[in-house]
Parts: sequence; C-alpha cells; structure tokens
Amino acid sequence: MLYAILCYKDEDVVAAWSAAEDAAVMERLGQVHEGLERQGKLGPSLRLLPTTAATTLRKASEPPLVIDGPFAETKEQLLGFYVVDVADLDEALGIARDLAAANPGGAYELRPVLLYNPDPRPVRGGLA
Amino acid sequence: MSEASPDAAWLAGALAAARPRVVSALLRVFRDLDTAEEAFQEASLRALRTWPRTGPPRDVAGWLILVGRNAALDGKRRLARQAALPAEDALSDLDDAETPLAEAIDAQAYRDDILRLLFICCHPDLPATQQVALALRIVSGLPVARIARAFLVSEAAMEQRLTRAKARIARSPVPYGAPGPVERAERLSAVSTMLYLVFNAGYSAATGSERAALCDEGIRLGRLLLRLFPTDPEVMGLLALMLLQHARSPARFDADGEVVLLEDQDRGLWRRPMIAEGLALVDKALRHRTPGPCQVQAAIAALHARAARPHETDWAGIDALYAALERMQPSPVITLNRAVATAKVAGPAAGLALVEPLAGALGGYFHFHGLRGALLMQLGRSTEAREAMGRAIALAGTPAEAAHIRRQLDRLVGADSADREKI
Repeated sequence: MLYAILCYKDEDVVAAWSAAEDAAVMERLGQVHEGLERQGKLGPSLRLLPTTAATTLRKASEPPLVIDGPFAETKEQLLGFYVVDVADLDEALGIARDLAAANPGGAYELRPVLLYNPDPRPVRGGLA
Repeated sequence: MSEASPDAAWLAGALAAARPRVVSALLRVFRDLDTAEEAFQEASLRALRTWPRTGPPRDVAGWLILVGRNAALDGKRRLARQAALPAEDALSDLDDAETPLAEAIDAQAYRDDILRLLFICCHPDLPATQQVALALRIVSGLPVARIARAFLVSEAAMEQRLTRAKARIARSPVPYGAPGPVERAERLSAVSTMLYLVFNAGYSAATGSERAALCDEGIRLGRLLLRLFPTDPEVMGLLALMLLQHARSPARFDADGEVVLLEDQDRGLWRRPMIAEGLALVDKALRHRTPGPCQVQAAIAALHARAARPHETDWAGIDALYAALERMQPSPVITLNRAVATAKVAGPAAGLALVEPLAGALGGYFHFHGLRGALLMQLGRSTEAREAMGRAIALAGTPAEAAHIRRQLDRLVGADSADREKI
C-alpha cells in the first residue's frame, strides 16, 4: 500500500542551518533515499520553500479569499513529503525512523494514500 | 542515540532559531540588553545539559524564556542580598516570578518584542556598520570573532565597538509599551533598511569570505520579519530583492575573484531555488497593488532572473519599473540605471538624453562615465566616447570595472551598451 510521509519541522531551525549543515542533512537523507529506491519503495518526494512564500485560498467564502502565508500557523510547518510503497504501517514507520535518524527534530505524519495520480507530464528536470 | 536525544547539531540549530524570540521577550521583561543576553546564554547552557537527557520540550522558545527569566531573577536575588541596600526594582520583579508561562510568551506581544529588538539596533546615532554589527550580535547571535572577521577588524576592536554601541542604546529611552500602528510602521521601515544594510555588507564581498555569509544572515532576518508581518508587500519585496540578488552570487565572481558583470554571467550557475522563492514573493506582493520601492526593485531583479539569456531581458518592463522607482525615490543613480533600459528599448540617443543632465550630480561616478561612453560609442561619436571611457577607467573601483571599459574601448564599434550588475 502507499503511504504519504508528511514532514513537519520548525522551519526557523532549518533556516538557521548553514549551507554546509543543510548539505550534510541532505546527504544523510540521500543515503536513506537510495536504499528505498533500490528496494523500489520510493515514490515521488518533494521539499517545499518556506511558508513565507506560501499563499492560501480560503474556500469557505464566495468568492474564495486569497490570503498570504500558510493555511495554519503552527510551531512546526509542513516542509515536504514522500510517497512510499510499503506492506503495512510498521514498514512505513521503519522508513520514518530511518529518515528521523538522518534528520532529527520535528515529526513525520504517516497517512495512507486513498488516490494516487502519477505525474502525467513528460520527464523533465526539477528546480534545483 | 535514543529518539529522545537529538544530536548536537539539532540542539545548536534549535537554540539559534529560538534566539530572536527568546532574547526579545527577555528584553521586555528586564529592559536591559546585557541581562537579556546573559539570561539567554544561561538558558542555553541549561538546555544543553537537560535536553539530551529529557528530550527537547515541545515549546523550545517558551522553555528558554522561562528558564532564562528565572536564572536572571536568581542572579538579581543574589546581588540584592550582597548589596548594602535592597534594590527596590529587583525585589518588585520577584513578585511576578511565577507568572504563568503562557503570559511570558504572549503571542500578540512577540511580534512587537522582536521588532523592538531589531529596532534598537537601528539607533540613528549609530553609523550603519555599527547597526549591522549590533544586529548580527544581538539578533542573529553571531560570535564577536566572526563579526570582527567580516568587518576586517580585530576581535578586541569589535568587542569595544559593540560595547560602545550598546552603551549608546542604553542611554536612550526605548519605548517598551506596545507601539501604535504609525510607530510600528516607522519601526518596520527602519528595520527593513537595516536588514538591507546587513545583506549589502555581504553582497559587496567576494564569495566564500566570512563577509559574504552576511547575505545569508540578511535573508534569514528578512524571512523572520516576513513571518512577523506576513501580509506586508514591502517586506515581501525586501526578501524577494535579497533572494533574487543573492541567487546570482555563484556567477558574480570569476576564478580570479573579479566581479563578472550581469550580461557576462553564466546564468546556469544562478541558484534556481532562490529565484523560485523570490519570484513567488514578487507575485504575492504585486497582488496587493500597493507598490513601494522594495517591491519595484524586486520586480526589476525578477525580470533579470526570468531572462534565460541576456538578450531575452524584458527591457521595456525594466524601463517602466525604473520610471516608477524614479517617481517614488527621485535620485540620479536611479535615473542612470533607467537610462540603461531606455537605451535598450528606445536607442542610445534616448538613453543619452537621460544621462547628460546627470553630469553635475554624478561627475565623479564610474558608472556615469562608463554608460555615457558606451552610448556615445553606439552613436558613432568616437572622440567623446574615448574621453568618457578614459574618465571611467580613472574612476573604476575594481580591476574588473576598468577591464570592462577597456574591452569596449578596444572594440569601439557597434557594441552593446554597458549594462552592469548594479540595479
């Protein structure tokens, strides 16, 4: 089954990292990603820009209201997610533990995926 | 390592991230910068001792504020016992020592707390470099040794400067009440200017130097400010401007450390994630339809960033934006920048018509003579062009600037006008 692993962390902590510290975390995470890829368990994953770059469309009103910033003001922010292909929750938790060891602090929320639409676009390079 | 014990790097990051909020809250409580800083230091030491054992608290900043406050009150208590006369204000402070945590970290107050902490660094009596040094020390928490290296002075000299600056601040009244809307806007404006000074101190330095790291610090403080004022389009513009300029830094210097001008830069080296963030912020800001100088400058930087190659630059858009900036902040340097865009859009004669009246104001300025020479060259007025370029070379601040003009002199036929990195 597919699980989404939602990555929550205090973005101020991430912003306080130097470029070298950021690269070191990404390097450690990269090793976990490689292992998952080899086992064919890693689906799409992405890292988001800070919530200061976010815009929210509130649908409760008509017309919807556009506001600056993230949907929820929280101590820890949604900074990215993974989709992983696992047998059960235990296996998803195992992956989350490996990721946590590579990047401590914050929380991973594990959510089973109901509907999955693979990227229909032709393959092309990402932002970075 | 158990799950409850985050590693040292995480601890250091958490403390650094919490610092502005904690120091600013402690400043409100104690109304003394040194006390607030020492209380933060003490709380950090206790965190380093405690958290590896207990795991970090859910509310890191709240924990540090409470522990820092109690530590400082303990210190005052000891001092009060030693003093011949009891210090009245210290004793009265003890009365609210047990105020609940919730009040200490009042969410409403915290925006004004951090703004105040940033604002006291902007004291008008302090020269710009001291404002920058003070903000780096107090708000960012950079070690004095690093700030000293960034400003190429000894650690002792920087320590002395910071002490003097703090003394200057201590002598002037800092309003601790909640500011009204007008006062808050004035503080925000002063702080925005100071953050751009932090950024610019790094921007003028060579990549990889201690000083270049100040760009990252300016951006970090800009994000902090935008978190406090998430709907302010000028703050969005300020952060976007810093991001879009800093995105070019890997391409701004060649192997010899010389500046590479914008039109000669390898755009493949530009940092795409920074550009993406900057462009998103410009889009957000423009939705507000309340333009300001930071937004306009960010929008100009955005048009440069969107051009995959120099000749794809939207010079008509840049020309219009500089015209808007001229109306907001009339200045000969802005007119000179506009002339570059005007010449690209309407030809060298139109550009030169903007440049010539600036001779009085900018006669001692490298870029004035450089641009004037390039435009004269395009118009076939070679003798005058040579003379202008000769003056530019004499006024060049860096070897790269002089070399750029010499190359044009060498060509001296139908070349492109002198665009440059500065916007």
